[in-house]
Amino acid sequence: MKKALGLAVLAAALASGGANAQQINVKVGVLTDMSSLYADATGQGSVTAAKMAAADFMKDHPNVKVDVVSGDHQNKPDVGSALANQWFDADHVDLIVDVPNSGVALAISQIASQKNKVFIGSGPASSDLTGAKCNANTVHWTYDTWMLANGTGKAIVKTGGDTWFFLTSDYAFGHALERDTSAVVKANGGKVLGAVRHPLNTSDFSSFLLQAQASKAKIIGLANAGGDTINAIKQGAEFGIVKGGQKFAGLLVFASDVNALGLKTAEGLTLTETWYWDMNDANRAWTKRWAAEMKTTSKYPTMNHAGVYAGVTHYLKAVAALKSAADGKAVVAEMKKLPTDDPLFGKGTVRADGRKMHPAYLFEVKSPAESKHPGDFYKLRATIPADEAFRPLKDGNCPLVKG
Amino acid sequence: MFEIFGIPSAALFGQLLIGLINGSFYALLSLGLAVIFGMLNIINFSHGAQYMMGAFAAYLLLQYSGLGYWPALVIAPILVGATGIIIERLFLRYLYKLDHLYGLLLTFGLALIFEGLARNEFGSAGLPYTVPDSLRGGRNLGFMFLPNYRAWVIVASLTVCLGTWFVIERTRLGAYLRAATENPTLVRAFGINVPRMITLTYGFGVALAAFAGVMAAPIYNVSPQMGSELIIVVFAVVVIGGMGSILGAIVTGFGLGVIEGLTKVFFPEASNTVIFVIMAIVLLVRPAGLFGRRG
Repeated sequence: MKKALGLAVLAAALASGGANAQQINVKVGVLTDMSSLYADATGQGSVTAAKMAAADFMKDHPNVKVDVVSGDHQNKPDVGSALANQWFDADHVDLIVDVPNSGVALAISQIASQKNKVFIGSGPASSDLTGAKCNANTVHWTYDTWMLANGTGKAIVKTGGDTWFFLTSDYAFGHALERDTSAVVKANGGKVLGAVRHPLNTSDFSSFLLQAQASKAKIIGLANAGGDTINAIKQGAEFGIVKGGQKFAGLLVFASDVNALGLKTAEGLTLTETWYWDMNDANRAWTKRWAAEMKTTSKYPTMNHAGVYAGVTHYLKAVAALKSAADGKAVVAEMKKLPTDDPLFGKGTVRADGRKMHPAYLFEVKSPAESKHPGDFYKLRATIPADEAFRPLKDGNCPLVKG
Repeated sequence: MFEIFGIPSAALFGQLLIGLINGSFYALLSLGLAVIFGMLNIINFSHGAQYMMGAFAAYLLLQYSGLGYWPALVIAPILVGATGIIIERLFLRYLYKLDHLYGLLLTFGLALIFEGLARNEFGSAGLPYTVPDSLRGGRNLGFMFLPNYRAWVIVASLTVCLGTWFVIERTRLGAYLRAATENPTLVRAFGINVPRMITLTYGFGVALAAFAGVMAAPIYNVSPQMGSELIIVVFAVVVIGGMGSILGAIVTGFGLGVIEGLTKVFFPEASNTVIFVIMAIVLLVRPAGLFGRRG
């Protein structure tokens, strides 16, 4: 018995020695918004999440060495593309992750495909990433505009909010979100009365709010995000939007936005997310680690941060299985083959079009009285199972699926 | 109700009023810039950051010493103005005789540092700050719902702007100031402490920015980048009005607010470029700005 054990130990040592001999080096680039309206929902928190994923994976797989680099795309597709090209060509980056801002993300997805690397979009929203513009090197992780529209839009139309007016952020993301939500509203018997497109990063919404007020729509759909959503809701309260009988539908609201608005202003807002820090013990434990790494007591991780962690983890599993990160297409194919399993999103799959499948949750923001501790933002209204939460595979017009 | 270019007149009047409110902020900020440029010859690029500091000072006063909006409206500008005075004493006073570019680079660098520090400390999503209870609610004007706070913004901004204009253009103190910029040596010969006057002027200009910041805190997102989003527009306002012209800054501030408001009705996508289009046209036709004197 003792001898057998000794042999086993020897064999294991040899095996790991062999693995060490062919060590796998992986470089992960977190391309994100470090300084503008999405920096709290992604930004440094995403870099931290990627580093946590790398550290956790290396602990279990000593033969894989993961480096994490980060960069700021400044919400400009040209800046993001230049950085991505440099990372892929000169700096041996194998994976780009995060990329909030759909405009930048669509550009990065193309570059990853041309250079046969991997892009995991855990930050962007546009459902085009797995629709008409999908490719074999891209995985779209956390959420998308179809899911947001379907979750929040449907729930609101069903409870009587059947006339809509949109305040739309004037770029790829806002347009996609408005389009997807309009479709849901109409499909459920509602009507869209109008829309106004505002520039990204608008500080004053009063003019747009007046137009929304004049439309007499029951629901003002905010097809924007981050600082824009915060400003619109904050100023909407001031202009008596809610008192006048109209309601806001925040189509993309992150926990960080609710934190910035304060519960007093955000109370009653309906929103859809795929991950919430205070939902179960695993999430709370991860949040505790994240907050310690971030050296913060007042910030809470968003679903994007969780998406970075889970996305990087799954990517590394695929790389470890292939023993190489060189062929981006092969890695993504492996990611689609392997079922996903991580502490934050649980078990799931990556679909043929690159869509990561997991449930979505319809939340309502608590009132200050209901909130028991700092960061206690949401109450769960409904859970939308994975196959209903995201667009059916056949409706996306993704060339990968047809072919 | 009648219509103008297919837009109901009620909506149009509403937008005009909104334009005036936004113009109040442009006027307050460009006024500070004009005072600083007119008296010190410094292009104060940290003006946006100082506006942001005003808003953050209001937030911190509320958070840590329980002082609400009204005390903050006085204390925050004094605090931020004091930091301005320190900057003037430590750095700016060495730059008056050099090219404008040096002052611009220095203040731009300072702005980046202030913004970076704020972002590091508070994050970028912003902080909550509520409208003071006495200005909550609003009234229905028939053509629009006017929140009381916005009405207060117009009144306060107009008062401060006209007060500043009066002091600089119509009082003895203002006369000293203007004389000191024309010929500091001569004014000093009359026994006036010119460097101290310049220092205080910079402090005052910075305090104006902080005042605008406190005014903005309840309605705009209090975030580190709130100033840099606004400052470029404000610079355009100053250029259109004529660099260093006090009256020009005030009139163009309000005027451009109104034009921008109208753009938001007719062609919302262009609302953040229209001011620069106007700037380009004005520079072509009147290079010194609408109210500027050719130097």
